[in-house]
Amino acid sequence: MTNTKIVSPKQDILYMVILSAVVLTMPIWLQPFGAAYPDLMQKFMIFGIFAIGYNILFGLTGYLSFGHAAFLGVGSYTAVWSFKLLSMNVIPALIFGTVLSGLFALAIGFVSLRRSGIYFSILTLAFAQMSYNLAYSVLTPITNGETGLQLTQGDARILDRAAGIQADASLPTPNLFGIEGIGYSGFYICAALMLISFFIYLRIFRSPFGLKLRAIKSNQSRMGYTGYNTRPYLMTAFVISGMYAGLAGSLLAVTDPLAGAERMQWTASGEIVLITILGGVGTLIGPLLGAGVIKYFENILSAFNDTVLVNAFSFLPDWLANGVASVLGLFVGDGWHLTLGLVFMLIVIFLPGGIMEGINRLWRLVSNRSSSSAEDKEKEQPSTKEA
Amino acid sequence: MDAIFLQILNGLDKGGAYALIALGLTLVFGTLGVVNFAHGAIFMMGAFCAVTLEKILTLSLRVKDESVTFFDAYKETPYLEVWFGDTGTAIIDWSVPLSIILAIPVMLLIGIVMERSLIRYFYKRPHADQILVTFGLAIVMQELIKAFFGANPIPQGAPDIVAGSAAIGAVFGLGEAVVYPWWRLIYLAFSLVTIGLVFSFLHFTTYGMVVRAGMADRETVELLGINIERRFTIVFGMAAVVAGLAGVMYTPVLPPDYHLGMDFLVLSFVVVVVGGMGSLPGAVLAGFLLGILQSFSSMTEVKDIFPGIDQVIIYLVAVVILLTRPRGLMGRRGVMES
Repeated sequence: MTNTKIVSPKQDILYMVILSAVVLTMPIWLQPFGAAYPDLMQKFMIFGIFAIGYNILFGLTGYLSFGHAAFLGVGSYTAVWSFKLLSMNVIPALIFGTVLSGLFALAIGFVSLRRSGIYFSILTLAFAQMSYNLAYSVLTPITNGETGLQLTQGDARILDRAAGIQADASLPTPNLFGIEGIGYSGFYICAALMLISFFIYLRIFRSPFGLKLRAIKSNQSRMGYTGYNTRPYLMTAFVISGMYAGLAGSLLAVTDPLAGAERMQWTASGEIVLITILGGVGTLIGPLLGAGVIKYFENILSAFNDTVLVNAFSFLPDWLANGVASVLGLFVGDGWHLTLGLVFMLIVIFLPGGIMEGINRLWRLVSNRSSSSAEDKEKEQPSTKEA
Repeated sequence: MDAIFLQILNGLDKGGAYALIALGLTLVFGTLGVVNFAHGAIFMMGAFCAVTLEKILTLSLRVKDESVTFFDAYKETPYLEVWFGDTGTAIIDWSVPLSIILAIPVMLLIGIVMERSLIRYFYKRPHADQILVTFGLAIVMQELIKAFFGANPIPQGAPDIVAGSAAIGAVFGLGEAVVYPWWRLIYLAFSLVTIGLVFSFLHFTTYGMVVRAGMADRETVELLGINIERRFTIVFGMAAVVAGLAGVMYTPVLPPDYHLGMDFLVLSFVVVVVGGMGSLPGAVLAGFLLGILQSFSSMTEVKDIFPGIDQVIIYLVAVVILLTRPRGLMGRRGVMES
C-alpha cells in the first residue's frame, strides 16, 4: 500500500530541501490563512513530530497503539524537571525527555509486544491509563497532581547557577543559549528539530529496517517463516516512536513549561491516531499534513462563538440568521470535537488512506482523464484519415 | 469482617455495571465480529434517556408566588403535579425506573439504526478500522449529548422509598451498623436479572439457539436458509438495550455526564479482554471479579501497603492475565488470535 518503488538518494535530498523550504517559510505563506503566529506553528511542528513517530509504529508495522500519550506526558514531565533541576537550556531537557520516554517505551513495549492485534491496543491503553491515574494520585510528589508541574522561583537549576546566570524577579523562560523558546525563535527551534526528525524518519522509511517493518505489517507469520525474529524489529520501532513522542512532549514543555497529567489521557492518544489516519497512515508526508490540518482547524473552529456566527450571517433575515447560527454553533466553538468526530468517521468510511489517498485519487483522476482523452484523439485520427 | 462484606457488595454492584456493558460488547463481537468502541457511548445514551424523561416529566408551569408580597416571585410547579396532584408527584419521584420503559424502544432503535447504517459496512474491514470508526462515532455521540445537556453532571434521584439505606447487617448477622444503600442493592439485583434474561434468551429460545449457531458457524446457518444477518442486527439492538438499561439504572449511583461512556468503555474493554474475547460467561465473570478487586483495593488498609493500587489494579490484572493466559479467563481457541 505504500510507495515501494525505489527512490534514489538524490530524490530524497530534493524532497528534504523542498520540505525544509516549505516549513521554514511557513511564517510567510501561512499569513493569508491567519495561522502565521508562532504559537500555532509550533503546535504544527510538535504534533508533526509526534505524528511521524506514531507513523513509524502504526504506519509501518500496523500495530495500533492506543497509549502513545503516555510517552508524550513522560517527555513533558522530564523536560520540566530538567528545567527545574538543571538548567533552563532546552538541550538537556530535550535529551532527557527523549531518552527517558525511550526507556519507558522499552519497558511498556517489552510487555505489550508479546501480543498483537486488538490485544496490543488494549495493553498499551491499559499502560497509558495506569500512568495517567498514577500521575494524578500516587506520583503527586513528582507530577504535582491536578495542578500540573510548574516552574518556581526557588528551583535549583544547578547548571544555570554554576554558570552564573541569576534568576531575576520574573520566572525564567526556556531558551537555547539565550534564544527564546517562544515566539518566532521558538518556532525555528521546533522547525529545525522537526526537520531533523523527519530526515531520520525518511531514512528509516527507505532503509532495509523499514522494509522489514512493512513486511511485518503485510504478513507477520510469513516473516517468521523466512527466519526473521520479528520481535526485535517491532521493539525498535516501538521505542523509536516512543522517543519521537517524548521529544514532542519535551518540546511542548519548552513552549509552555507546564506539564499536566491530562496530556497522558487516552483521549490524547486517540487524537494522535486521528491525526495519523486523517493524514494518511503509512505515507511519508501524510502524518505531517494531518497534524497541520487538525491543529489548524482546532484553532480556527474553536475560536468561533455564537455572536461571531450571528454577525457572519447578519445578511440573512433575523430569524434565519439565528437558526443557521444555532445549527452551525453545534459544530464550532466548544463543539468543534463534533466536527472532528464526523470528519474522522467520514475519512475512515470513505477514504481509509486519509488526505494522501484523496490527493492520489484526484491526481489519478486528472491524469487518467488527460491521458485517456489523448488516447481517444489517437484513435479518432486514423478513422478520420480513413474517411 | 463488616468492611470486607461491604466491599464485596460494593464490588458486586460496580461489577454489575461492568458485566452488563461487557456482555453487550462480547455479544456484538461474537455475532458480528465487530469491535465496538461506541458501546460506552450507548451506555451513556441510556443514562441520558433517564435524564430526558425526568426533564419531560418536570416540565413546569410558572405561577406567581402569592405568599411573597414585596416583589414578584414565581414558583415552578410541574404540570404533572398541577394535573394529577399527588399521583403526579409520585410519577416524578419514580422517573428513573419509569425511564426503563422509554429506554427499551429508544435504545433498540439506536442500536438497529447504528448497525444498519454504519456497522454493517465494516464487517469485512480490519479490526483497526472498526475500532477507529466506532471511536469517531463515540466522539460524535458524546459531543451531541454535551451540546444538548451541557457539560455538567446531572444528578438523578432514586425513588424516595428506596433512597435510604438498608439495614443489611441485621439480615446477615453482622450487627446493626452495617448498612448499604437500597438502590445499589437494586442495581445488583437488576444486573443479575438482566444477565439471566440474556443468557436464557440465548439458551432456551429457538431464536437464541439460531443466534448461537450463527456465532459458531455463520455460513452453515445461512446455507440452511436462515437470514442470520437480520438476527444479528436484532442482537446488536439487544446489546444496545442491555447497555442502555445499565446506564438508566446507574444514574442514581453516579450523576451522568457526557464522558461517562468513555470512562466506562476503557474499563469494559479491559473486562472483555480479561474474560476472553467472545466468551459471554467470561465477560460476566471478569466484570464481577474486576469490580470486587477494584473495591477491595480502594480499602485504606490495602492502600497503606500498596499506595495507589486502587487506581491501577484493573489494568494491572489485565496485563498479568493477558501475558499469562493469552486467551483471557474463558476465551475460546481461535477467536481473535493473530
